[in-house]
Amino acid sequence: MKIAIRKGRVVDPATSFDKQADLFIAAGKIVSIGAAPTDWHSNREINADGCIVAPGLVDLAVHVKRGTLATEVAAASAGGITSMVCSPDTDPVLDEPGLVDMLRLRAQSFHATHLYPLGALTRALAGTQLAELSKLAQAGCIAFSQADCAIADTQVLMRAMQYAATFGYAVWLQPEDLHLARNGVAHEGEVASRLGLAGIPSSAEVVALATHLELARATGARLHVCRVSTADSVAMIRDAKARGVAVTADVSINHLHLIDIDIGHYDSNFRLSPPLRTATDRDALRSGVIDGTIDAVVSDHTPRPDDAKQLPFAEAAPGASGLEVLLSLVLRLAETSRVPLTDALGWITHRAAAAAGLPAGRIAADLPADICVFDAGAYRLITRAGLRSAGKNSPFVGYELPGVVRATIAGGHVAYEATA
Amino acid sequence: MLSKKNLQLNDNGDLHHLLAIEGLPKRIIERILDTAESFVGINEREVKVVPLLRGKSIFNIFFENSTRTRTTFEIAAKRLSADVVSLDVARSSTNKGETILDTIANLTAMHADMFVVRHSESGAPYLIAQHAAPHVHVVNAGDGRHEHPTQGLLDVFTIRHYKKDFTRLTVAIVGDVLHSRVARSQIHALTTLGVPELRIIGPRTLLPADIERLGVHVFTSLEEGLKGVDVVTMLRLQNERMSGALLPSASEYFSRYGLTPQKLALAKPDAIVLHPGPMNRGVEIDSAVADGTQSVILPQVTFGIAVRMAVMAILAGATR
Repeated sequence: MKIAIRKGRVVDPATSFDKQADLFIAAGKIVSIGAAPTDWHSNREINADGCIVAPGLVDLAVHVKRGTLATEVAAASAGGITSMVCSPDTDPVLDEPGLVDMLRLRAQSFHATHLYPLGALTRALAGTQLAELSKLAQAGCIAFSQADCAIADTQVLMRAMQYAATFGYAVWLQPEDLHLARNGVAHEGEVASRLGLAGIPSSAEVVALATHLELARATGARLHVCRVSTADSVAMIRDAKARGVAVTADVSINHLHLIDIDIGHYDSNFRLSPPLRTATDRDALRSGVIDGTIDAVVSDHTPRPDDAKQLPFAEAAPGASGLEVLLSLVLRLAETSRVPLTDALGWITHRAAAAAGLPAGRIAADLPADICVFDAGAYRLITRAGLRSAGKNSPFVGYELPGVVRATIAGGHVAYEATA
Repeated sequence: MLSKKNLQLNDNGDLHHLLAIEGLPKRIIERILDTAESFVGINEREVKVVPLLRGKSIFNIFFENSTRTRTTFEIAAKRLSADVVSLDVARSSTNKGETILDTIANLTAMHADMFVVRHSESGAPYLIAQHAAPHVHVVNAGDGRHEHPTQGLLDVFTIRHYKKDFTRLTVAIVGDVLHSRVARSQIHALTTLGVPELRIIGPRTLLPADIERLGVHVFTSLEEGLKGVDVVTMLRLQNERMSGALLPSASEYFSRYGLTPQKLALAKPDAIVLHPGPMNRGVEIDSAVADGTQSVILPQVTFGIAVRMAVMAILAGATR
C-alpha cells in the first residue's frame, strides 16, 4: 500500500520539525517527507490541505474488555490514536501469557492502533502472589500494573518491585491507599461535604505515592505513576526526579479540565478514579505537564454501559470514555494555557512513548507510518451518537471542542478516514 | 452534559420538585412555612381532611426503610385527600434486579402525580427527577447523608413558631454532622432565612471536611458552643458509628457531647431543644432534657405533618 498525504503541515513534536510538506508512505513506513520518491504511484491520496500531519497519538491508559475490542479500536482510530497501552483489568485479568497472546492477535487483526498490553503485577490483581512477569513479558507485556487495584500488603509490593527490577521491567502504579480511599466516591472537601458523598482525601494518594517512590528508590525498580490527581503528588514527583529516582508519570486529560464542582447534580459521568479534585490541584497538574514533571497525558478511556452509569452517584461505576476526545481536549488546553501546539502534541506523542518505552510518537523518514491528520481549527460538538466507543459516558458530551481528525494511519494502513 | 440549572424550580420560578434546601430561594421557604401555618389548624380539627389534592396519586417510594417518615408523609397526603400508595422498595423489586429508573417508569405508567422518595444514596432523588415525566413532582424524603429537606423545613417551622425572628438567633447543631442529612438541610434553611450565628459542634471525626464553607462556625467543645444559644438541635448518633474508629464508645461520647441539664444551662434560659428523632436517650441526649420544659421534640412531629402537607399542596399547584 502506497499512500501520499498531500499539502499538510507536517509536525514532529520531538524535533520541532514543522513544515508544509507532502508525506509518502510505503510498506508500512514513512519513505519521504517533501519530495516524492522516484517512480512514485499512490494507491491512496489523502488531501491534508489546512491540516496538521502529526505522529499518531500514544495513549498510555485504555481499559478494554475483550467483547468490545472492535468498537474501542475503531474509537481509537477515530481519535487519531495509533498506539494504546491496555490496562490488565480486562476480563479475565491479563495474568497469563495465553490471554496476552489472544488479546494481541485479536487487536492485530484490525490493522489499526497498536495495542501494548500491561501485564498484571500480581495474579488476578489480588495483590498477594506475583504473576509470571517473565513469561508475560515474552508474550508482549511492556510493563506491569495493578490497574486500580492497589496492593494493601507493602511487603508484597516491595517484592513485586524487586522482582520486576531484576529483569528491568517497569512497574506502573496508581497511587491510592486502600484504607484511606475506602468507600469514598468524591474528593474529600467542600463539594463532597455539600453533596453528602463519602470523601477520598488527597492523603489517600499522597501516602501511597510516598510509599511507591520510596520503594522505587530502595529496589531500583522503574516506576511509572499512573493518574496523578493532587498538587502535592506533582511536587513529590518533581522532587523525586530531581533526586534521580527512575520515575515517570501520567495524568488523565479529565483531571486537567474538570474539578469536583463539575459533578453538579450528581452527574455520574463525573465519577472518576481517582476522583476529580479542586481547582488548585488541576492548576498544579497543568503546570506539572507543562514543565515536564508529568510525562504524559492519557485518556484513561473507561467505557461503561448506560446501566452502570444511570445509578445514584456512589453506585455508578467510575470512569469516562476518552479515546475520541483526547486530542480535542489537549488542543483546548494548549489554547487556554497558551502552550505552543507542537509542545502540547508532545504530551500525547513522543513524551508518552518515551515514558512507556514504546517505538512510537515520532514522524520522520524510515520510521513506522503511524500518523494522525487533523484540522486544528475546526470545531465539533461532542454527542453520544457521534462517539464510536461502546462507552457513551463522556463528561464532555454537549461541549464544542477544537480539532477534527481527518485521517489516521497505523502501521501504513488507513485505519480511519473522515467522510467529507 | 446533564443540565446544571436548578432542577427544583420550573421556568416561572415556582417549586417543581423538592430535592434539597440548598438552592431554594427564601421566598419559597417562607411560602412553605406560611402555608404550613394554615394547615396546623386543620390538624387540630375534628375532621382533619381538606380536598386540595383529591384525585391526585402520590407514591411513597422508600428504597430505605423508615416507618416514621413514611407514616408522616402518608398522613399528610391523606389529609389533603390524595390517593396514597406506599412502596417498601427496599424489600421488593429492586432486590430482584430492577433498576431505580425501571421502577420509576413503571410507577409513572400508573399515572403517578408525585413521588416521595427515600434512598440510602445521596443524590438518588436527582436521578429520579432528571428522568421523571415532566408533570411528575419529586419530593426528597431523605437521600443518604445529603439532605432531608422536609425535616429541615419542619425544624425551621418549629424554630419560627417559638422564636419568631430568625435574624437575631444563635443556633447550634450538635453531633454527627458528617452522616447527617438533617444537619445539611437545617444549615441551608437557617442560613437562607438569615440566622446570623450558626454553630456546628462535634468531634473532628464527625465533622465533614471544609464544612465552614457552608457558613457555619465550628466548635469541638459542647460547653463553648452552647454559650448563649437560642436553639439547640441534637443529632441522632447511630450505634454503628461505634464499631469503627470514629468514636471510642457511647459513654465517652455522652460525656463530651451528650446534652444534660447542666450543659443546657449554658444556653440562654429560654433556649429550645430540637431532635429529629428517633432519640438515643443517654447517648446524645439526657432524658431530663428530652422530656424537659425546653424540649420541643414532640411539637416538631406535629408540625412535620403540616409542613409536609404544605410541600405537597404547593408542588401540586393546589395553593395560590
